Parts: sequence; C-alpha cells; structure tokens
Amino acid sequence: MNLKEIASNVRVNIINQTADANSGHPGGSLSGVEILTLLQFEVMNIPSYDDPDRDRFVLSKGHASPLLYGVLEQKGVLTKEDLKSFRRINSKLQGHPDMNKVTGVDMSTGSLGLGVCSAVGMALAGKLDKKDYRVYTLLGDGEIQEGTVWEAFMSAAHYCLDNLCVIIDNNNLQIDGEINKVMSPYPIKEKLEAFGFNALEVDGHDFASLREAFDNAKQTKGRPTAIIAKTTKGKGVSFMENNASWHGTAPNAEQREAAIKEITEAVK
Amino acid sequence: MSNMIATRESYGNALAELGKINENVVVFDADLSGSTKTAVFRKAFPERHFNAGIAEMNMAGMAAGMAACGKVPFISTFAVFGTGRIYDAVRNAICYPKLNVKLAMTHAGLTVGEDGATHQMLEDVALMNALPNMTVIVPADDTEAKQVVFAAAEVDGPVYMRFGRGKTDVIFDETYKFEIGKAKVITEGSDVAIFACGIMVAKALKAAEMLRAEGISAEVVNVATIKPLDTDKIIEVVKKTGCAVTCEEHSVYGGLNSVIAQALANNYPAPLMAVAVQDSFGESGKPDELLEKYGLTAENIVLQAKKAIALKG
Repeated sequence: MNLKEIASNVRVNIINQTADANSGHPGGSLSGVEILTLLQFEVMNIPSYDDPDRDRFVLSKGHASPLLYGVLEQKGVLTKEDLKSFRRINSKLQGHPDMNKVTGVDMSTGSLGLGVCSAVGMALAGKLDKKDYRVYTLLGDGEIQEGTVWEAFMSAAHYCLDNLCVIIDNNNLQIDGEINKVMSPYPIKEKLEAFGFNALEVDGHDFASLREAFDNAKQTKGRPTAIIAKTTKGKGVSFMENNASWHGTAPNAEQREAAIKEITEAVK
Repeated sequence: MSNMIATRESYGNALAELGKINENVVVFDADLSGSTKTAVFRKAFPERHFNAGIAEMNMAGMAAGMAACGKVPFISTFAVFGTGRIYDAVRNAICYPKLNVKLAMTHAGLTVGEDGATHQMLEDVALMNALPNMTVIVPADDTEAKQVVFAAAEVDGPVYMRFGRGKTDVIFDETYKFEIGKAKVITEGSDVAIFACGIMVAKALKAAEMLRAEGISAEVVNVATIKPLDTDKIIEVVKKTGCAVTCEEHSVYGGLNSVIAQALANNYPAPLMAVAVQDSFGESGKPDELLEKYGLTAENIVLQAKKAIALKG
C-alpha cells in the first residue's frame, strides 16, 4: 500500500468514527491526514510503541483524535472494531486521546496549548539522556492563540531543542470562523523565526513537500524546527472543505456515504 | 522548641540529598529557585535543574513530558502559582495521565506576610484535593518535611507538597517516622481531638498544654497527609474524644476541616469546630500579626475546643 492509499483509508476511518459516534471533530482531523500518515509510516523511527528510544508524537490538538486513531488502525495497533467504540462509554478511544488507554498515544491531550509543552519536556529529556529520539507535535493554528504555546516555543529555542519538530496545521479555520477574524496569530512564520525557530512553510497535503521539510528539520542543528503546513480543513470531502461548521459536527448517514464515496474514488 | 526552620529550607536540603540517590530526579523552577530553595539542588546537579522562567504552565507541561520519558520531576514555585495559575496543566497534563510529577510548592498560607493577599495561597489544598490521582501532603516541621520529600519520590504518580516561607518550630526528633496516608497521634487525650497540619501542629501542641492547665485533656493528631486521609485513625480518635477541632493555615473550605467533616459525617457524626481562615483573602502584615488577626492561634484553638466539648451531648 502506498502513502496515498493509507491516507485515503485514514480519511475513511475519520468519517466512520465521527459518524458512528455521531460526535467528534472531522474537519481538523481531515486536514492533518498527510502530515500524520507520513510521520507515522515513514519519517518517525518507531521500532515499537513501547521502545524507550522511539520517536514520540504528541497530538497537541487533541480534538483531532479520529486522525490519530485512524492512523493507529492503519498501523495495526487498533482494529476497525475499536474505531466503532470511539467516544462511547467504557471505550479506550476517548474523545481526546488518553496515553494510558491506547498504545501509540505518547501523551494525553485535549486542553489546547498543553501538549506542545509536554513535547518540549520530552525533547529535553532526550537531550538530558543523550538519546537520539526525536519528538513531533501537531498543533492547530487556532491553538497557537493559547499563550502557553509561546511559552513552550520560547523554551524550545532556549534549550536548543533540535530534536523537536513542531507542525502547525494551518487550515485557517477555528470553531468560530477564520482565525484571522477571531484572533489573528499571523504572521506565524515570522513570529516563529523571531522565537528562534527554523520555520518552514509547506503544502500540508503534498507528501513530497512534507518529506523535504521533515528532512530539513532532521538536519537542522542547534534549534527547533516548525513546519507551518498549509492545509484545507475538511480536506478530501468537498462539502466539508473550508467550512468551519465541520469543526465539531459529525456526518449523518447520507453524508457519510457521500464522503466515503468521494474519498475512495479519489485514489482510484 | 527553640530550634526553628522553614519547611522550604527542609525541602531544598532534602531535594539535594535525594538527587544523590535518585539520578532520575530533575527539578524545575520558575525564576524563584532562591526562594523555593531548589538552588541547593541546582548547585549540586546543574545539568538536572531547569529554570522555566516566569512561565509556570509551561513548567508543568514540560515536567509532564519529562515524566513520560521516565524522569521524576519536582516542580517548584509559590503555592499560589503552582496550584492556582497552573491548575489546568496540573489537571490535564499531570493528574489525568497520572504522570510522576511532584509539585513542591512553597510560600503557602498567610505566613508569606508582607506580600499580601495575591501571594498568600489559602485554597491550594482544596484545589489539589479535588484532583483524582493526586496525593496531598502538608508537613508540620523540618523533620517531617525532609521525610516527605523522599516519600513523595517513591510514589508512582503526582504528589502535592505544601511548604511554608517562615521559620517554624521543629517538633519531631529523628525517631519520628512519616508515612504517607498515616495520621500520627502526638499527644494522647480524652476530652477533645485536635487535628492539625503544617505550622498549626505546633500551635495545637501549645493549645493542648493550655487546655491541660484548665483540666481538659486534648489528643493532638498530626494529619500531614490530607489525601489519602487516614479515616480509620480519625474515627478511632473521635470515638474516644467524642468531638474535635481542625487547625490549618488554609481556607475553611476544601482543606483539612472539609475532609475530616466528611469522614466524620460518613462514619461517626460528632461535633467539629474549625480553626482556619474564614471565607477571606489575607493582607499585608507580619506573619505573626496575620495569624493573630485571622484567628490561627493557640488561644483560638482552646476556644474552639471548648465549643466542641460543649456541643457533645
């Protein structure tokens, strides 16, 4: 299976989880599909999810849990049956990811602006222990309105954490609308550069561009890298694309069918 | 009782000792390492001390990440910031995933003194108590505070330790053995139980002497662990005395009085009075003046003990 096919399956997983649960966040999950698929299937070194030397991934935008679970299903850690339990009582697939319930979840997240702080701590631990693992964390572009994110960025640069790679899913939408209308975090790249980051802007749905950025991050020494991934909220499902109302709304039966049809036909 | 040491000093000294025997211990501070006394550790183990700067939320989050990688982080700042300002990080990044982070917070309570209400934390125990997976400890003196630091490192999960700014009486000698979750009877008595924690233990002992002079027999119990509460011991004591007083340098809401009231109501209802800060902030002043003004004195313990006794059927 190639990356495009895996990404397509992840998208179907996202639609199915949110439709089955009649709850959850499809829009911001769909925008991060290429990023997390490439990370988990190619970029990251994960001999096993309990290997202390493995690369770590922190989903700082914890509401995109269907994305993480959807990828972990493709990795063989979760089953399709598991995905059906998303957000249900007694399920390990909590609305926001719980590290003690799901293998492959390296940090429990959900309160925005905290996961990135934990990712900095993980990278710092790696430096202290002189280990080679790398830490990746995915943030929403709305999430960077949280002040703690900038505390974390400041500390990542201060500690010269070149083993840390921050990815910002820049889909330009948050629940209440366009991020620059709600509370603009722009210019993001310039701010990150001012904070001491190696900041890159790429097409977040293009594997080749993402791959190049992750390679660049690995080769950058002495400072952390931030990849501002230009994405489309709801990517792959035309009626969800660029529509903030799909941030936290689940598709109904008819919409599920239409969405899956469109996603699967796109890779044929 | 002439020997007096601030429990923050005890913390700093014990932490440096702990660092020698546990190489996984790392320490975070937020620009207050001189005040929290983690500077002692920093001097001995500079590579394992991290100054987060004035960014407490990130400090807590970084500590969570370190703990997820096998470290045993101790994070320190003033209690007001280390529980109130960073509550969300403590709740969601530390307690919910049950990560092995130790919150060692100093300058708790009124005895911060001149800095005033913004820095006098009186709700920290209430906040930390309400969090699942959290252990909450309020040591009484130097002997106990040092043991608490070592005991906290052995717990697999978050621990909140409350330390004070001002010098406080050394009550216990080296034979004293602190155990998490165990309340300790210091003075035996039969008419009233005095449950105390932190700096109020010394005042409870003084109150017991004053009561004895009036022919009243008080049992003084040091309840250093607020959570998990030693309910068995508390019930055992109150079954004997028939009434009790709680003493704490904390709000009357959500601290020692609340947890003991709950334990008694659920198991053995009995009259219970409180020596605590009533629904109020503090203010600037000298520590002793503040304790006097807000009723955290041996005299008030005596008064409340008599009220509790009078309420007995």
